[in-house]
Amino acid sequence: MSQKTEKLIDKKGLRLDGRKPDELRPIKMEVGILSNAEGSAYIEQGKNKILAAVFGPKEMHPKHLALPDRMVIRCRYHMAPFSVQERKSPSPSRREIELSKVIRESLEPTVFMEYYPRTGIDVFIEVLQADGSTRCASITAASVAMADAGIPMRDLVAACSAGKVDDTIILDLMDAEDKLGSADVPVALMPNHNAVTLLQMDGILTAEEFEKTVSLALEGCQKIYAMQKEALKTRYVSVKEVEE
Amino acid sequence: MSSVITRVKQKQIAQAIAKGKRLDGRDLADYREIKIEQGIIERAEGSARILLGKTEVLVGTKIELGEPFPDTPNEGVLTVNAELVPLASSTFEPGPPDENSIELARIVDRGIRESKAIDTEKLCIEPGKKVFVIFVDVYVLNHDGNLIDASALAAVAALLNTKMPNYEIKEGEVKLKPGYTPLPMRKRPITVTFAKISDKLVVDAWLEEEQVMDARLSMAIDDDGNICAIQKGGSGYFTVQEILDAAKMAREKSEEIRKKLKW
Repeated sequence: MSQKTEKLIDKKGLRLDGRKPDELRPIKMEVGILSNAEGSAYIEQGKNKILAAVFGPKEMHPKHLALPDRMVIRCRYHMAPFSVQERKSPSPSRREIELSKVIRESLEPTVFMEYYPRTGIDVFIEVLQADGSTRCASITAASVAMADAGIPMRDLVAACSAGKVDDTIILDLMDAEDKLGSADVPVALMPNHNAVTLLQMDGILTAEEFEKTVSLALEGCQKIYAMQKEALKTRYVSVKEVEE
Repeated sequence: MSSVITRVKQKQIAQAIAKGKRLDGRDLADYREIKIEQGIIERAEGSARILLGKTEVLVGTKIELGEPFPDTPNEGVLTVNAELVPLASSTFEPGPPDENSIELARIVDRGIRESKAIDTEKLCIEPGKKVFVIFVDVYVLNHDGNLIDASALAAVAALLNTKMPNYEIKEGEVKLKPGYTPLPMRKRPITVTFAKISDKLVVDAWLEEEQVMDARLSMAIDDDGNICAIQKGGSGYFTVQEILDAAKMAREKSEEIRKKLKW
């Protein structure tokens, strides 16, 4: 973190890593990479490297947490101590506890929870390396992992951030843009239902800027949704080939 | 954060709201009566108690000397904590803060921090070494819904009421002097929370409405009508149109509520 006021957008209108304002970072997704989990996914988005795993549906432990009419989703978002510049203590921070909650609430609307009463699923998210917008990449990966686990879902959940730096509205903030920029808006979307399941913001935006930022983030979600589908297809086409 | 109400009651609430009515007679965009009292805890540097209908929140602020964060050496430090005190509801348990109280504290914190409500540079005593640290402790005393708006309002009211100790630097040591100056405040952010019930947006949900809601959306608005923090909660979703409608209504409501704050 530097104190000097770096320009986040250069004269050509390009960002620190050479992206255009409305450009996503390179994204790589892999599905079904952990053998013990029912479903799993790995995502790289820029320098973000995040693993998501889904266990269940299984009997709820402790039992008093089980619900008679639906399943319970538990979610843990956790950052590895080496995932950031200065070592992060492995015990969950207040930020991680809040993010675990909002990520869970971004995934719940898509799951047919009433199909599995008295059970629970665990969604574990490990951030191995963080470079801004990790909650969005985590949601993107977790929803793919849930699909891989065969959890009945209405839709995938695709997430992307948008924000404002140097008076420009930009897509998919990386760490420096998040820290030095003037607003950050993470959004998660169920693309076929037009349902926004995560919306947060910090920074300062006028009503018009906010509207623009949200619609840019939603465009990003649609692009990421296409990649999620592709990643799932790639996985299951290869499974089919092995069986044949 | 829920206690049990009957399905009949849940249905009544949802059906009334579908018709644009509420069981307590309010319109969908009406707040309950808001009462603000400031300076009621003498030992605290600042304090305020908010009554939002039957919801009651007390906020006390304390100021101590401390060190700045390395990335902001010229700025004082703001720390917000929230306690869901067990006497406020049968669903609040003693013990370390759970995800609900952490989320509440972080929403209140974000509204104040992101709106730059406090001129934190004026809290710097010696750059990189000594600054004032402001502790904002949110104490929920009675839970009847919409803790977010009540807590955010109480926190801002308490900050407006906060006095900073005078100090002098003698032989490199910071010494507190008698007398106080008001905390340097720039903005009065107001947080407006919407509950989505029967596909309608309802403002200031009370406890039983919160148990029927699909999701909630909180927006902090500064004095200029800018949005400075947002948090969606609950296991439902919002459409884009609902979000834009909420942003518009939040601006109107925040202006109304801000008038009640003495500054």
